[in-house]
Amino acid sequence: MIKSELVQKIADKYPELYQRDAENVVNAILDEITQALARGDRVEIRGFGAFSVKKRDARIGRNPRTGEHVPVAEKVVPVFKAGKEMRQRLNLAAE
Amino acid sequence: MAQKTITRAELSEAVYQKIGLSRTESAALVELVLREISDCIAQGQTVKLSSFGSFVVRDKGQRIGRNPKTGIEVPIEPRRVMVFKPSNILKARINGIDIADEDE
Repeated sequence: MIKSELVQKIADKYPELYQRDAENVVNAILDEITQALARGDRVEIRGFGAFSVKKRDARIGRNPRTGEHVPVAEKVVPVFKAGKEMRQRLNLAAE
Repeated sequence: MAQKTITRAELSEAVYQKIGLSRTESAALVELVLREISDCIAQGQTVKLSSFGSFVVRDKGQRIGRNPKTGIEVPIEPRRVMVFKPSNILKARINGIDIADEDE
């Protein structure tokens, strides 16, 4: 499923909502998560999972093709941990 | 700076602030969006949200694990896990770089 399909599903279930508004709702949610992570905050959605950020120290990287050393600056990366309910739901069918 | 935790309540508030809907409707819509995403993933489907990232379901094979406390070997059954692959745009944004939206 891609974002436009998600928007369509929302719009189908909310006929009183304009398609544009359905799209704005999805974007507002994703933007809010992005902004929280940019501030270094954690986003916890019970039953789904939690987003947080981890700091990666600056390091000396290497160009795998040339073997050249390249400095890699310190950065933060987003991490996601699936919630308990999602982990369980993913494994229902298998049992 | 103290770290805050954002939950459903803040997501609903953001929707309420940005879109002209009631608080009740905003909360219901947040719930619906999250449910549509989770249902899709639970079925093993990939969910791709451009400029944010994608949720991918992976199959893990059986392997031998070890209880770190006791050192006893225990088999870990094959299972399905979900992983989140952040988009380059999300990665840039959380590092304070705002790059233009583009489909990856």
